[in-house]
Amino acid sequence: MFNDLAFIIGTSLMYSTPLIYTALGGTISENGGVVNIGLEGMMSFGAFMAAAIGFYSGNPWIGFLAGGLAGMSLALLHAIATVTYRADHVVSGIALNFLGPGLALFLSRLMFEGATMTRPLDLTNKIPQPLRSFFAEGNGPFQRNGFFGIILNQYATVYLVFFLVALVWFFLYRTRFGLRLRSVGEHPEAADSLGINVFRMKYIAVLLSGAMAGFGGAAMSIAVVSRFSPTLISGQGFIALAAMIFGKWKPQGAMLASLMFGFAQGLAIYLGNPRVGVNVPGEILSMIPYVLTLIILIFQGKLLGRTVGPRALGKPFYKS
Amino acid sequence: MSQLLRLRRTLKFPRALGLTLISIVLGFFVGAIVLLVAGYNPLEAYGIMIFGVFGLPRYISYTIIIAAPLILTGLSVTFAFRTGLFNIGAEGQFIAGSIAAVIVGHFVRLPIILHVPLVFVSAMVAGALWGSISGFLKARYGVHEVISTIMLNWLALYMNNYLIKLPFLHRVGTEASQKIQDTARIDILGVWKTSPEGREWRMENPFWGDILRSEINLGILFALIAAMVVWYIINRTTLGYELRAVGYNQDAANYGGIPVKKSMTVSMAIAGALAGAAGGIQIMGVTQEITVLAAMEGNGFDGIAVSLIGANTPIGVVLSGFLFGALRYGGTKIQPALGAPRELINIVMGTIVYFIAMPNLFTLLQERYFSWKKKRLDISLPKEAGGESKNV
Repeated sequence: MFNDLAFIIGTSLMYSTPLIYTALGGTISENGGVVNIGLEGMMSFGAFMAAAIGFYSGNPWIGFLAGGLAGMSLALLHAIATVTYRADHVVSGIALNFLGPGLALFLSRLMFEGATMTRPLDLTNKIPQPLRSFFAEGNGPFQRNGFFGIILNQYATVYLVFFLVALVWFFLYRTRFGLRLRSVGEHPEAADSLGINVFRMKYIAVLLSGAMAGFGGAAMSIAVVSRFSPTLISGQGFIALAAMIFGKWKPQGAMLASLMFGFAQGLAIYLGNPRVGVNVPGEILSMIPYVLTLIILIFQGKLLGRTVGPRALGKPFYKS
Repeated sequence: MSQLLRLRRTLKFPRALGLTLISIVLGFFVGAIVLLVAGYNPLEAYGIMIFGVFGLPRYISYTIIIAAPLILTGLSVTFAFRTGLFNIGAEGQFIAGSIAAVIVGHFVRLPIILHVPLVFVSAMVAGALWGSISGFLKARYGVHEVISTIMLNWLALYMNNYLIKLPFLHRVGTEASQKIQDTARIDILGVWKTSPEGREWRMENPFWGDILRSEINLGILFALIAAMVVWYIINRTTLGYELRAVGYNQDAANYGGIPVKKSMTVSMAIAGALAGAAGGIQIMGVTQEITVLAAMEGNGFDGIAVSLIGANTPIGVVLSGFLFGALRYGGTKIQPALGAPRELINIVMGTIVYFIAMPNLFTLLQERYFSWKKKRLDISLPKEAGGESKNV
């Protein structure tokens, strides 16, 4: 019973992690005033590059960084379009959602003999579980297959993401840089008149968001599973976007919302286990996260009050 | 979105067309560079694609078959765009339409003259219902349609997979549903062409025989008629006027007495009906069944690109639907022939959309390097008209 609970919590944490990375990315970008609907594409490309580079280098951390860089390279395109050339943010994001998976599958076929899946990493070459040796083999509450072992023995990417949530919060709300970034998202003209380089701030925000989305993809492809496949990301970038909105454009909010979506996934996986004996078809269980997203967005207004994004979100900036 | 729409409207027609054509050329150019870097000869690849589309009568008919549902999903996205909504949900509405088409096509027994229209209408109604959910959620609860349509896409996919496995619909021994009745099929001479007389006739008439080797069907007619109807609704009816007014400025529309909330639901329902129709003709004309979907097939997502490349106009959507159909079909040819990944097509499409997103790029280039023209060409908007705040 307790171990079942631990299983749900542990799985939720693992599945929330890619969403948190990506939702954090969305938070950074949109606080800087740039809508980033291309998170899905950046996540896909990041997931692929992490799995591919991780496979060929044999080092998961090089793969993880490659995933971040891959997301960032797409983000650069987004920044050029939306910031420099004042493109429509949503349309540019849509383009990235074609380019990201397209590039991933194109490169996959080149690098893996025509397959759209990368070759799986050896279990020892995945992102490590740093606390694994801390929990001894066994079923006691503080052992690996016991209550705390199941919950706390996670991939390094899981611990890292919670650290990043705190870091992003600190940067956004406790540093001059964060204040400037938010001012650019709220009122770029005012920020500009105070001598802040609006274009540079927006570029930084978009590039960081791409890196985070790429990390999110990597956290999926080389930690949760051990390879990239065409259906790996399956709308998670969009769920992360919803999490960010539900989290009121704040890092801690995005984290909590992502945890909730992760929990829906964890619950679906738990209930799908034949041992549990819940006789619900897998397809219905798979619907849970999406239905939950809709229900949450419906009641968001009542639960959280009016939610408004950064004021200049999605608007082009003209330097006068 | 409305920002781009307004921008487009400020452009003179030839200039908008010019920007689209330049974007298309750039898309293929970037595709060529990608091919070169990957070690393939781009001229050879594009040559294979061109032959793969025009080389044989049946190739052309395959292109048309693929283009028909894309035109319809493109129209779906266009209709929503013109009314200020972003329909990413054509994918799910397509699935909803195809499910309805299979159920009505399989279980109802009617003469062909009634059955085909009934199946078509059922698909449209199912798509309309699925689409109107997003419209209603936006109107009533302020849920952004971009998010809700994406969630509904996945719900439609899982619903599709769930329904197929139910005993009443499952075809034993397959990963597919029951097939529709012959009276619900719209493929031309579909039953006759596999009969002995049909085979013989096809041998004697190689040109038409070759076309009949594809699942050539009436879907394209439906798509073209739908394009005209959409044009008519948007430009010539009160409903279209009201919906456009809402898309242009909600507050002004509201002040003018147009029911804004109802308009959103109606608009998404019509958009959904178009995408549902796409699912319907795919079932009636090509597949005759629904199959278990491991991932999104992309009919709706490609519709977004079709709509954007078609400048959100019905005629543009028809043209870009054919372009996209040709790309999709021709793209499958480069992989077996050359070994070049067919995902090249996604890169080309993505690049075209990317350039279409930023008309200012070309304007600025023109100003900087070809500025012999006296008049200023900046097509950027005044600051205040930067579009509604998009809380996405």
